[in-house]
Amino acid sequence: MPLSASKLNVGDKYEEVVVDDLTRTQLVMYAGASGDYNPLHTDDLYSKEIAGYPGVFAHGMLSMGLTGKMLTNYVGDGRLTKFGVRFTNQVWPGDTLTSKATVIEIREESDEHFVDLMLETMNQDGKTVVTGSASARVDP
Amino acid sequence: MADDLIMPIEASHILMFARAIGDDNAIYRDDVHARQSEVGHIVAPPTFARAVAQFDPDYHLRWRTNVPWFGSGKNPTGLDNPSPSTGGLHAEQHFEYHRQAKPGDVLTVTTIKGKIWEKMSKRAGKLSFSETIQEYRDQNGELVITSRSVGVKTERPVEQS
Repeated sequence: MPLSASKLNVGDKYEEVVVDDLTRTQLVMYAGASGDYNPLHTDDLYSKEIAGYPGVFAHGMLSMGLTGKMLTNYVGDGRLTKFGVRFTNQVWPGDTLTSKATVIEIREESDEHFVDLMLETMNQDGKTVVTGSASARVDP
Repeated sequence: MADDLIMPIEASHILMFARAIGDDNAIYRDDVHARQSEVGHIVAPPTFARAVAQFDPDYHLRWRTNVPWFGSGKNPTGLDNPSPSTGGLHAEQHFEYHRQAKPGDVLTVTTIKGKIWEKMSKRAGKLSFSETIQEYRDQNGELVITSRSVGVKTERPVEQS
């Protein structure tokens, strides 16, 4: 069900676990679907020995895609008008991520209603991996 | 300015992409459900536009025949002199949706180089940021999605706190 401006309040929150125990297989699936085959995300040997990381880690765009799943579950399909993020920490295999949206404004613009949201995705240790904002069209 | 890219939006690509982000929403895979929904058709997930990489013939982060690849094979890297930089990371991504992209759309993607700037960081040394704007227009020349991304090259691997 789409959100209604009349039932929304500033400060309302919605959250979801968007991945539980992130697998290396999901990183491979994301590489295949997105076309970003950077070995940092799928090639442990390269990531450790050449790039100097503890191992492969998730594409930023996978963290954003997971955050977007929470967002569309909250605002409904085809309702987003804006979605932007900053990647603040890397996401590793084994991570469990929770994404949260907080209502910061409900507004009306040329007879249409919109909600503005603040976004945050955190890992199991409470470390923020994605921050961002989004806007969506809502019902009156 | 880079050449325009042509991105055909296809249902099977949307299905694979939705699976990769673990999103089981029927709007991404079930045409009957999608036709009865408010939007009225299958839609691309919000972050799908970046999969335009698939349609860039020279995309540098895809292995290609006869081009040395920086990932591992016999050795940890296929390059003789791998760059000391760890390659680019994604720092920011912003989308503006003018309408929902759907299967059957053929988007023309124009890439515009944006600002560049530098910053020092404790965790990764000198950071070199660069901004890229991409405009996705449909078969009628209408703007569908505007994307602004910020990439960062780090002087050394990002330290883990």
